[in-house]
Amino acid sequence: MKIDKKIIVNALIALVVYAAVMGLVKGGVLSRQMMSLITPVCVYVMMSVSLSLVVGFLGELSLGHAAFMSIGAYTGCLFLIATKDILPVLVSLLLAVFIGGVAAALLGVIIGIPVLRLKGDYLAIVTLGFGEIIKSVFNSLKITGGAKGLSKIPLVATYKNFTFVFILMLLVILLVSHLVNSRHGRAVCAIRDNYIAAEAVGIPVSRYKILAFVIAAFMAGMAGVIYGANLGILKPANFDYNASIEILVMVVLGGMGSIKGSIIAAVILTLLPELLRGASDYRMLIYAIALIAMMLFNNSSFKRNLTEKRNLQQAEKLSKEV
Amino acid sequence: MSLINAILEQLLNGLRTGSIYALIALGYTMVYGIAKMINFAHGDIIMVGAYTLYVCVSLLHLHPILAVVITILVCALLGVVIEKIAYKPLRQAPPLAVLITAIGVSYLLQNLALLIFKATPIPFASIIKVPSIKIGGVHVSGLTIVTLIVTTISMILLTLFINKTKAGRAMRAVSEDKGAAELMGVNVNQTISITFAVGSALAAVAGVLFIAQYETLLPTLGALPGIKAFVAAVLGGIGSIPGAMLGGLILGIIESLAKAYISTQLSDAIVFSVLVIVLLVKPSGLLGKMKIEKV
Amino acid sequence: MGVLLEVKNLGISFGGLRAVDGLNMTINEGALVGLIGPNGAGKTTAFNMLTGVYRPTDGTIMLDGKSLVGKKPAEICQEGVARTFQNIRLFTQMSVLDNVKAALHNSIKYNLATSFLHLPAYFAKEKEMDEEALKILKIFELDSFADTNASNLPYGKQRKLEIARALATNPKLLLLDEPAAGMNPNETKELMDTIELIRKEFKVTILLIEHDMKLVSGICEYLYVLNFGTELAHGTPSEVLNDPRVVKAYLGE
Repeated sequence: MKIDKKIIVNALIALVVYAAVMGLVKGGVLSRQMMSLITPVCVYVMMSVSLSLVVGFLGELSLGHAAFMSIGAYTGCLFLIATKDILPVLVSLLLAVFIGGVAAALLGVIIGIPVLRLKGDYLAIVTLGFGEIIKSVFNSLKITGGAKGLSKIPLVATYKNFTFVFILMLLVILLVSHLVNSRHGRAVCAIRDNYIAAEAVGIPVSRYKILAFVIAAFMAGMAGVIYGANLGILKPANFDYNASIEILVMVVLGGMGSIKGSIIAAVILTLLPELLRGASDYRMLIYAIALIAMMLFNNSSFKRNLTEKRNLQQAEKLSKEV
Repeated sequence: MSLINAILEQLLNGLRTGSIYALIALGYTMVYGIAKMINFAHGDIIMVGAYTLYVCVSLLHLHPILAVVITILVCALLGVVIEKIAYKPLRQAPPLAVLITAIGVSYLLQNLALLIFKATPIPFASIIKVPSIKIGGVHVSGLTIVTLIVTTISMILLTLFINKTKAGRAMRAVSEDKGAAELMGVNVNQTISITFAVGSALAAVAGVLFIAQYETLLPTLGALPGIKAFVAAVLGGIGSIPGAMLGGLILGIIESLAKAYISTQLSDAIVFSVLVIVLLVKPSGLLGKMKIEKV
Repeated sequence: MGVLLEVKNLGISFGGLRAVDGLNMTINEGALVGLIGPNGAGKTTAFNMLTGVYRPTDGTIMLDGKSLVGKKPAEICQEGVARTFQNIRLFTQMSVLDNVKAALHNSIKYNLATSFLHLPAYFAKEKEMDEEALKILKIFELDSFADTNASNLPYGKQRKLEIARALATNPKLLLLDEPAAGMNPNETKELMDTIELIRKEFKVTILLIEHDMKLVSGICEYLYVLNFGTELAHGTPSEVLNDPRVVKAYLGE
């Protein structure tokens, strides 16, 4: 069977990646800097795969993905701090991840319900505004440490705990790719392609929009907890507009609607800036140009001609077969 | 000072900020009406305007009036160039692609400014030096007077332009029905360019007024007023020009009262809740028409 | 045979414009009925009210004795009304097969956990969906294109796919909005055969909007004529098409 082969290949890739990273860590080949990047790479893979559900599959633009991440990060890490002497590490981390996800999902519901009922580009603006508000709330709250940040978070999700982080990342990838290949995912894609037709074939549009949005928020929240438990400190400025744009760039460069692309783009874009420190001034500028260039290319006549040629070849092949 | 005077002063402050929002909101609404897109980069035109003014006044030592004229021209040109390069090729593209491009442009402008002028805030004293006056115990700053006069003149000019000139008529025609306008001999491309030019020129004026109030240059200074002006445009009914003016003023007053009587830190949150409430209760805004979608 | 659809005094205003006014229709189970009229007569608006896209300002719509007024499009679809669109609306980035499977959304179900985890029920239900979808596609001779992207189909096949997708929702009433628009005479002929086939295979009642009088008089059993939003005439095709009022409405004086 075709599907089984795919599953085996993907499982093999995951195993090889896991073994390779573990081997590198245990073998002491990696520099400290590279070691410190292991968890962030996993975090950004989770972030871009979950955002890809909203942007690539639902076709809505969210500019507040980092804000959802921050909600999860703060709630989950506060829980970690509170329970570090009470619960075993793994239990505490597992619960923290879950709590972070739930907190982010709840906010997703609160934002999603009024906004996603509407047609048009309101989600982008509202999520952008929401991100700013969340930042200012975390800046002013005492319990989160204000602008100085929340510190003394137990470091339970560093490369030393790679197995846990890796499994969580696999879970996110697996859940999202399962979802998009299911009855529910098809409904979401149908809404993206033509919401009027989707309604006409009996798909409750608002419900599925909110579903996709909230699932993505939940996953961003989980990723946030891992992020915090890797760094040990959380600052509101880590989750600003730039952070959301960075994740968006990953999704767009990965090719919207491609989970594999999102993963690869997330890995590259997390590693690259650290490896090319010199170009850091130009990084954001390059991101901006990449966004524009991608969109212009995707909709250019050059690309259209290419796809048309490919379609023609396909059609010819098909007509030969029939 | 009596309570009434204090409230009156807050209202005047609100009118001042609100009229700046209104100027920016006009750009959003005009572009939305004509190109059916949210021009995310519109807020950053304000930033470009503020920096241009700074370069002209502080670095080139030009006369303030000349500096303002140059600022307006630079922004208008920038608006047209952005449309030609980034948006025009995407006229037939899905809205998501246009939106992402607009964000890219916004981000590009911010980061160019960051590269050129660095992240450290640059102090820039107001070029508007008009003494304040006192009317019946209410203190009115010179900046408020100038802002109100300038925005009123801009709005009158805009209204005349839209209603009395050929280009204005073409703009209304294109926003009503692009295809029909084209068939009637309206040059759609040119009209869209003019719309971007006018909208960006208004943003430049807003930028000059805004920086006179804010007195600090930052690459991201346009983002927040930009978003708030967008809220104002939605509040007034996106696509409606009187709506943008009204929405801007109302939003400015709400913000100023919230700052004075509720909390400075929460005032932004309050402004956004206005947006959410409008979207929940009346998505078409105060003066907007509900568009019936062709199916 | 019983009455399937009963529309009484249906009307809608957009601002001051009365787009449809006092429309009455009674459609029997299994019938094939045409809704005709000059451009701008309000035919598509009537369809939009029947499918919940617009909410009528007055009047009633009863399907099988149940009121449809005030229901959302997705709910009305579940009640058994499916439609196609004047300007084709396919799920363009999805395969032909997935277009039909998306329409099976409410007839073959499994829960969210099954979707997330691909539990055994997922494979069973997906297989069922594939079979059902392919069965429908086969009737329209689209099964060989199952994996093709919907937007890559030629025009005539896109129209067919839209009808196939509508039928996948298992409707009692199928609304076709100008199915022959943009087709040449040969394609129209083929379409007429397809419609006959649909009636035979799916036992569905059909209401269609059409300008092609050959098609209308060729297959419709009963006609309603709209003009300026009001009902001008109704009857069998020969009655209606010879009615001087109808001729006048189409050709002027």
